[in-house]
Amino acid sequence: MIGLQHYLTVSAILFVTGVFGIFLNRKNLIIILMAIELILLAVNINLVAFSAFLHDLVGQVFAMFVLTVAAGEAAIGLAILVIYFRARGTISVDDVNRMKG
Amino acid sequence: MIQILAFYLFAIVVVLSGVLCVTARNPVHSVMWLILAFFNAAGLMLLVGAEFIAMLLVIVYVGAVAVLFLFVVMMLDIDFTEMRSGFAKYLPIGVALVAVLAGEIIFATSAWNAGGIPLGDAPTPDPEAIPNIQALGLLIYTRYLFIFEGAGLVLLVALIGAIVLTHRKRGDVRHQNIAKQNQRRPEEATVNMKPPVGQGVEL
Repeated sequence: MIGLQHYLTVSAILFVTGVFGIFLNRKNLIIILMAIELILLAVNINLVAFSAFLHDLVGQVFAMFVLTVAAGEAAIGLAILVIYFRARGTISVDDVNRMKG
Repeated sequence: MIQILAFYLFAIVVVLSGVLCVTARNPVHSVMWLILAFFNAAGLMLLVGAEFIAMLLVIVYVGAVAVLFLFVVMMLDIDFTEMRSGFAKYLPIGVALVAVLAGEIIFATSAWNAGGIPLGDAPTPDPEAIPNIQALGLLIYTRYLFIFEGAGLVLLVALIGAIVLTHRKRGDVRHQNIAKQNQRRPEEATVNMKPPVGQGVEL
């Protein structure tokens, strides 16, 4: 029988995959943004699973808001990526510390 | 039985495509794996009766966000082989950290001891009484109206911000001058001429 445990496990694996992706692709900002999307997807799976488990629809409402924030974050992140690439000709994260005080 | 099979199919594919997304050599392939992961996550959500979120996931993520990623990946002219130079260096520490994190989360969820609940048999709300989308709509437009409006505001700010960030004035293109166009009158715009035969018109 599939229970909440299974959903939480899938979500946990997906979450750590996202963290792993951030660690692995230190130079490629696009993959880092995609890894963040994976993390938010794991959060959404968690919210929906708990919503079904607790018989409370609020989890699904919040999953929707997480989705909204994820969409906005992707749009702004990619916009920053584009202007950064236009200015520097690279998207390597190692070079982004120029604004450090 | 078929729910269990469907769950394991979706779960395995979503995890595999997630892993392939972050390890793929080509960022275009990464986006494709991301799309597959989103589709299968939508399937997982359908299994517990969250139809609206599942459809939203397909429409918003696959239809908008993933295509945006694909657009940016293909638009920027980046040397992706150089991008992967630190790959082997970061691999051991990444694997170690992720193993610890995964162990912790799975241990925590196991310790919470929530097994044995038939999620698929008890979707929220009861589909006999009220459909999922209708119930969500009742919640969103009443109790969570202001948060919902706030979410719309977040999207508006993101929309305007993305345009403001990426917009630039280019000097090498001709722009439309609307005031000049509106001031133009027929008398100065057209000239009646009667050129002699065999000669061209001098403008």
